[in-house]
Amino acid sequence: MTATRKIIVYELRDIVRSRWILFYALFFLVITEGLFRFGGGSANALVSLSSLALVIVPLISIVFGAMYLYDARSFTELLLTQPVGRVALFKGLYIGLALPIAMSFLLGIGIPLVFRGILATAHLETALVLAVSGTLLTFIFVALAFLVAVTVEQKVRGLSVSILLWLLLTVLYDGLVLALAAFFADYPLERPMLVLMLLNPVDLARVLLLLTFDLSALMGYTGAVFEQFFGTLAGKAISIAGLMSWIVIPLVAGIRRFKKKDF
Amino acid sequence: MIEIRGLVKRFGPLRVLDGLNLDLVRGKVTAILGPNASGKTTLIKCILGLTHFQEGTISFDGRLLDGTHTYRRKIGYMPQVARFPDHLRGREIIAMLKDLRGRPESTDERLVEAFQLGSELDKPVDTLSGGTRQKISAVLAFLFDPVMLFLDEPTAGLDPVASSMLKDRILQDRAAGKTIILTSHIMSEIEELADNVVFLLSGRVRFAGPSDEVKSTTGQDGLERALAQIMTRDSNEIPA
Repeated sequence: MTATRKIIVYELRDIVRSRWILFYALFFLVITEGLFRFGGGSANALVSLSSLALVIVPLISIVFGAMYLYDARSFTELLLTQPVGRVALFKGLYIGLALPIAMSFLLGIGIPLVFRGILATAHLETALVLAVSGTLLTFIFVALAFLVAVTVEQKVRGLSVSILLWLLLTVLYDGLVLALAAFFADYPLERPMLVLMLLNPVDLARVLLLLTFDLSALMGYTGAVFEQFFGTLAGKAISIAGLMSWIVIPLVAGIRRFKKKDF
Repeated sequence: MIEIRGLVKRFGPLRVLDGLNLDLVRGKVTAILGPNASGKTTLIKCILGLTHFQEGTISFDGRLLDGTHTYRRKIGYMPQVARFPDHLRGREIIAMLKDLRGRPESTDERLVEAFQLGSELDKPVDTLSGGTRQKISAVLAFLFDPVMLFLDEPTAGLDPVASSMLKDRILQDRAAGKTIILTSHIMSEIEELADNVVFLLSGRVRFAGPSDEVKSTTGQDGLERALAQIMTRDSNEIPA
């Protein structure tokens, strides 16, 4: 077994026993069940659940990701005095944290979906795309959290940066794009808009979901443009590739900083 | 055993270690002393590979430290404050480090008995007192029979019984030829344990030698007064 895998095993064991990971799963369980019971049809429930997941998954992943790494600092130091390389340790800490958060989300939405037999219906594809998007967003925002935590020395400041980053990517970004669209309304904006959407992981996940829902008309201007421009299949492929690079780039940057860091 | 030459560590404009030279000798207990911010912790962290330095060299058993981690197989480290993942049990943390070191056949768990840690090791660490965590930390430092031990204020937070157990263990290990480096603010402890003292001031070695020598050169009886005299003599030498 490699050092990375050994670290993952023990970190997983630590995290699955913590209360917040349980609450996170319960939160999605209750919300999913509630939406299907009172949300007016499975299709509607899945749309609502997706919009919620696009906001909550990034928030929990980035806040708990950063908090965990700050709190684990002195144990990380101890591990670094063992014959373990820094890259192996960083990878272990990252996967060992992102994995249980993603599993918690998947269990939370998965249990009600399975019990309600949703997976046997025409909504199977949507549910799967939701699961994939949530998982990718988890890995993206934990990677961002780690990048913040190895860059910003102080915990309180690091947590503030994490929350600001979340706010920027989930809320402010769309507002800015909209403002930009209004401001340059007289110009052809399709291409710049596409580029702007590719630059935000939350938008990418939203595109992926909306292409699956076949609701791109509801997504307004940019969504329609996106489908027109790429078509459904290529659109999905591009979204997934974009999301993947949103995992890799912060992670590589984080590893580089972690290697140089003084403890 | 460890040779340090011209070690420089800068944090911005501040030279925390300022061309430090030091030899740490095999089979001795060396205490690193110095006022706050004199570079003690930074020095230890440089040797352990936790902190990168800008200039100078550190060699361990004749081999230069170059960022690889194999030399740390021979090192045990007890940090000043021990914190572990909250929901793991002591036993699991011990198992984790054993796994990371490739499950060596023989490990040294004598301190588990000495501290009577038995049942405490089955509780999650976040329910344990600071002193108990400190004991686990000591167990981990001695676990792999390291040839060199770094103990950062090892007895701080331990009760008198545990503290004397740990000191006995340090003396036993010295007798067995281990190299032990420790920091402490308790002078009586240093007088009891240390063969050599290294006194750091502003990132340089101000004095390094047998602890008896400090007393004889300064003409002072106790180590604390002897060191205080070195410090005040220094400030007298520098015109204000």
